[in-house]
Amino acid sequence: MMRYLLRRLAHAFLLVVSVSILAFLFTTLAPGNYFDEIRLNPQIAPETMVALRAQYQLDRPLPIRYASWLNSVLHGEMGYSFAYNTPVVPLLLVRAKNTLLLTITATLIAWAIALPLGVWSADRLGRLPDRVISWSTATLLVIPDLALALGLLVLTVRTGWFPTGGMASVDFESLSSLNKIRDLVLHMTLPVAALVLSALPPLVRHVRAAVADVLHAPFLLAAEGHGIPRRTLLFRYALPAAAHPLVSLFGFSIGALLSGSLLIEVVMSWPGLGPFLLEAILARDIYVVIGGVLFSTIFLSAGNFLADLLLYWVDPRIRTESTSR
Amino acid sequence: MIHQRRVAIWLLVLGALHGIVICAGFFAPYNPVEQDRKNPYLPPMRPHIVDTSGHLHLRPFVYPFHLRPGSFDQYMEDTSQPRPLKFLVAGGRYRLLGFLTARLHLFGAGNQRIYLLGTDAFGRDQLSRILFGGQVSLLAGLLGAGFTLLIGWCIGAAAGYYGGWRDDLLMRLAELFLALPWLYLLFAIRAFLPLTVNPLQAFFLIVAVIAAVGWARPARLVRGIVLSAKERDFVRAARGFGATDFYLLRHHILPETSSVLLTQAAILIPQYVLAEMTLSFLGLGVPEPVPSWGNLLSNLQQYSVLVSYWWMYLPALIMVPFFLGYLGLASALQERAETYKIERSLGSLA
Repeated sequence: MMRYLLRRLAHAFLLVVSVSILAFLFTTLAPGNYFDEIRLNPQIAPETMVALRAQYQLDRPLPIRYASWLNSVLHGEMGYSFAYNTPVVPLLLVRAKNTLLLTITATLIAWAIALPLGVWSADRLGRLPDRVISWSTATLLVIPDLALALGLLVLTVRTGWFPTGGMASVDFESLSSLNKIRDLVLHMTLPVAALVLSALPPLVRHVRAAVADVLHAPFLLAAEGHGIPRRTLLFRYALPAAAHPLVSLFGFSIGALLSGSLLIEVVMSWPGLGPFLLEAILARDIYVVIGGVLFSTIFLSAGNFLADLLLYWVDPRIRTESTSR
Repeated sequence: MIHQRRVAIWLLVLGALHGIVICAGFFAPYNPVEQDRKNPYLPPMRPHIVDTSGHLHLRPFVYPFHLRPGSFDQYMEDTSQPRPLKFLVAGGRYRLLGFLTARLHLFGAGNQRIYLLGTDAFGRDQLSRILFGGQVSLLAGLLGAGFTLLIGWCIGAAAGYYGGWRDDLLMRLAELFLALPWLYLLFAIRAFLPLTVNPLQAFFLIVAVIAAVGWARPARLVRGIVLSAKERDFVRAARGFGATDFYLLRHHILPETSSVLLTQAAILIPQYVLAEMTLSFLGLGVPEPVPSWGNLLSNLQQYSVLVSYWWMYLPALIMVPFFLGYLGLASALQERAETYKIERSLGSLA
């Protein structure tokens, strides 16, 4: 057990480190930097420019910059933002919290819908429910995320069913704690709905395919012969047997939802990593961009690690493999 | 055989859709950057065949819009002056495929102007902008997918063919690219490239960025095929006769990977068109005044536009038939590949 987990953890750690190295390599390709804009200002003396560049170590070679950045990571800073002149991590943490709230909720809801739908579809393969589900997932699949998000936004703005924009009402601070939660849920509804709808089709299709694959296995026929109820058969017998590819898909789905949430946050002005990163790109605030990408990598690794834990719990083959060694 | 026909049908559908966009100059009544400052945010003019007095007209016509008296942004239809639609009329000069100069348009209204899908903030014809925008977005998708497949094939083939430490290194790199959320990756690569560039440079920048993000999956698939292909008897025989690595890759291994490359292309192109749309929508892609499906949508980020002018949302829907076409093609290609595989394994048994 420990061995398996440690190996997975080391894998995740290596991933994060290599992403950071790659990101730094890319920065050398970048023509221009944050201070190019400032240099155009005639009121700033060239000496100030040199001092600023020295302060942010832009005049040093890449390996030294990387080393000092690593040092700053150890101090929980991940470098300094040029635009805010503060360490990157606290800036990102505030936004990342909101992004995670959105992504985790959307992941849970998407899977909670996809599992029963996919299993049901596989159970009635080729019959009416399966056809309806297949057609609706195909329809959702051909509508681009961007069109979906904008469409939902137009719909809600016109009908006024849900609040749009931001994650809190103006009078949020004065609300009681119960009303605060209600307010947050109302504001989350729209972005979460957009995320779930865009993530759902591939999930349903994979669940359907995986369950349909095991449905004709002899052990399921035997279980059916023993008179085990259909629902138990599907969810307690067939689903765990089909779980292996689905758990890996779980890791991938987190990545897809993180990407999706980046766009949807901008469209729906949710104060998460999306709008913040966009602003940082437009201002060439490279350490913020690197920090944002690393945050997403860390979330993704955490998600994959969770998937590995799940796999360990679901699939006995992995357990025996690690104990037999 | 039936799969062959399905592939052909989807190709035909896609060909027709792309044909319309390629010949945008003919199908669009106006130049996409031509402004009509007196008519900003004009609603779509609906073609009619029955006029207000109930008479049926064989030639469809539209009613022009006039400002509602006492208002500065509300339009009303002026039913006293119908504008008949004329087909195959001479209009503004345009270039077909970049070199054929022509003046023929599918429809127009002589000297008067008609806006079947309304106009934008500068009074530019939305229909023309959507059609010309497709040229930019689709070309970005096609070129991006082409480059991705080229990079992916080279890396995958090198990894599979040479094996050893090169294989390990390249596949670890591929895993890295596969693991990252694609939009973050796109953002990161875009962040390190110049922001203020002219439209043409911006276009190629976008293509390069998009192509650099997606090479990992085709590379892995190609590697798998090359690994098995290089051990096949005829490849070994060719090597025994002294064929060079390049000859083997070109003549014996490339054909084996063609079906995977085709399927990947059908999957990648719509994704890349969407990636271009996303970047341009966020203001990181092709800049105004050149239209692309993404930057046509970008003014929807303003709340007032979103609420008041629904026809500005239309470019978002234009992608749907293209997505449908590519999705259909991809699944038809996949099924064809499956049946080939089954037929081949049956053949080897017999």
